[in-house]
Amino acid sequence: MSGLVVEAAMLGVLTGGVYALMASGLTLIFGVMRIINVGHGALVVLGAYLSFVLFQRWHVDPFLGLVVTMPVMFGLGVVLEIVFIRPLRTDREALSVLVTYALALGIEGILGYFFSANYQQLSVWYQRASFAVGDFHIAYVYVLGFLLSVAFLAALGLVLYRTTFGAAIRATMLNRSAAQLVGIDVERISAIAFGIGMATAAAGGVVFGITNAFNPGSHYDLISRLLTVIVLGGLGSLKGAIVAAVLMLVIEDITSVLVSPTWADFSFFVILVLTLLARPQGLYGVRARAGT
Amino acid sequence: MRKTLLGTAVLALGVLLSGCAGGGGASSGSGKPVLVGVSLSLDGDFSGDGKALQQGYQLWADDVNAKGGLLGRKVQFKFVNDASSTQQVVTNYTNLITRDKVDLTFGPFSSLLTIPSSQIAARYSYAFPEPAGGGPDVFNRGLKNVFFVQPAPVVDNLVSYAQWLQSLPADQRPKTAAYATEDDPFTQPQVDKARSVLEGAGVQTVYNKVYPAETTDFTPLALGVAQSHADVVALGTQLPDALAFIQTFQQQKYSPKSLVETTGPDQGAQFSDKVGAANAEGIMVPAGWWPSAKTSLNDHFVKAFIAKFGGDAASISADAAEAYSVGQVVEQAAGRASSIDNAKLIQALHAGRFQTIQGPIAFDATGQPNGASFLVQWQHGQTVPVYPPSVAVAKPEFPKPNWQ
Repeated sequence: MSGLVVEAAMLGVLTGGVYALMASGLTLIFGVMRIINVGHGALVVLGAYLSFVLFQRWHVDPFLGLVVTMPVMFGLGVVLEIVFIRPLRTDREALSVLVTYALALGIEGILGYFFSANYQQLSVWYQRASFAVGDFHIAYVYVLGFLLSVAFLAALGLVLYRTTFGAAIRATMLNRSAAQLVGIDVERISAIAFGIGMATAAAGGVVFGITNAFNPGSHYDLISRLLTVIVLGGLGSLKGAIVAAVLMLVIEDITSVLVSPTWADFSFFVILVLTLLARPQGLYGVRARAGT
Repeated sequence: MRKTLLGTAVLALGVLLSGCAGGGGASSGSGKPVLVGVSLSLDGDFSGDGKALQQGYQLWADDVNAKGGLLGRKVQFKFVNDASSTQQVVTNYTNLITRDKVDLTFGPFSSLLTIPSSQIAARYSYAFPEPAGGGPDVFNRGLKNVFFVQPAPVVDNLVSYAQWLQSLPADQRPKTAAYATEDDPFTQPQVDKARSVLEGAGVQTVYNKVYPAETTDFTPLALGVAQSHADVVALGTQLPDALAFIQTFQQQKYSPKSLVETTGPDQGAQFSDKVGAANAEGIMVPAGWWPSAKTSLNDHFVKAFIAKFGGDAASISADAAEAYSVGQVVEQAAGRASSIDNAKLIQALHAGRFQTIQGPIAFDATGQPNGASFLVQWQHGQTVPVYPPSVAVAKPEFPKPNWQ
């Protein structure tokens, strides 16, 4: 049993990394734009379908295909931000839930039209391959997904904390109005942030599509998990999203093997509620002063 | 501001967790055609099955209309989408009956959705023949309008599997078994019954877990099964978890001597394309229908299905055959009653046998069929019945070959 717990914990860390990547886009979009993108799960599924098309039609490996799908998703994100999000001027955070939910339904409908409701999966050769570590086997796809996530999250961190452009993003996250006053084009930053969020969704979609059978409706379960991750981590915090995602998956996986899968989600929510009682802003969220 | 935003985030999460639903489908006018209302899961967990049911229903409508219709009236379906939601399916059937005033109602996919929707149909005295709600809870509520159009009660689906294992020579009989099932009224009773039969026969249970239907990450469960090193594995699955378990077993280099899943391997190419034809070899599933069955109109069904929807015989989902059978049963009952009045149909459905592409079916007072299901196995790229011997067209492959 102890071996199984160790294996579950390792699996939790590896899959947690992928969830961190998916959640990073969501928390970045929230941080910069102050919108709750409930369509983010649908964007991950869209990313999985784009990889699926490249893989099915032209036999492009899904990980290599990111060279194509990430820029495409980035561009699409910029367009979607300009068309759907930018026009929201008042009551932005509440309206954004409705608009991005409509976006999710639209994406689901379009995917359903082209691909039907049948389940698909990215059946790459390494999907079932694994290597031995002691008594158990680690699947290559989880390791690849984890490494990909670490690479992208590191790149995102570098952009945010080591570049002038990143400083502009962080300034917008801290105070949109003040950033505007010092000459930052916050609308441009917002469009780019939405694009980056979609590009990370595309990357997450690859691993999701290899490890899960998916169909256009697969985003509902996904977005509920991603939202819990960013709420626990602290809205707008990249570090928080990473820690919370890994924490969530490790707790769930260990509870699942030690106690029962029925208690897996519950155990995470207990920790979520306790954390929010002690720190309403989440693990790494910034507590705002009254009136801000 | 932050608190408001946090509140909005939590609200958004709440909205999503509470479930989502969509609507849609073809509309129809009233008047001459017999309007049949069906709620289908075109999104969500059961969307693959929902689509297959729609194909089966549509094909039956084409056939019956080509013969002049149901008692001389054309059949027209009104399909609405329940997105696999137990709330939406209730709304859908209420609307179909009270607003759209459909003449007949046919059932949705799964026991989970049949349980609440059959209650609505009963409230308005509609017959509720249904293709896919066979869990015990469908029949223990005293309803007289439900008719499960499959050969056997679902709870007994894996009994054939347990009996087959017991029939193996003593030196080949499994000593240990692992079980995992969704907490679904369709899957769990099957696995529970198989476990009790096998435990009674001395097969030791080395792993047994029930998981919520909402589970998306099946890997820890599959790891547990793999680590148990059980000789045989029985899983209460739908298609996504059926695939996920197999994927993890392969990653863990764990190939049980026998693997049976309640749903998934019966989904034709949807299953074998993802698992790979070589890896599907030897996997079993309980079934009431298979493509080459010599039953009433089955040859015609298979040909018509391929002509309309493409693919080949192996790609046809059993769901489509079950939906088609619902139409066949209603067609015969309407003929015997000389009416599509629901009270008369209910009476006719409770009496006599009906010929379907799944074989002859008769219902007891609760609407359960009184036949037995059988065991099919993937062999050389297609599913073939292997047990009991009376219906078998091939010998069961045992042990299952190792993963490729």
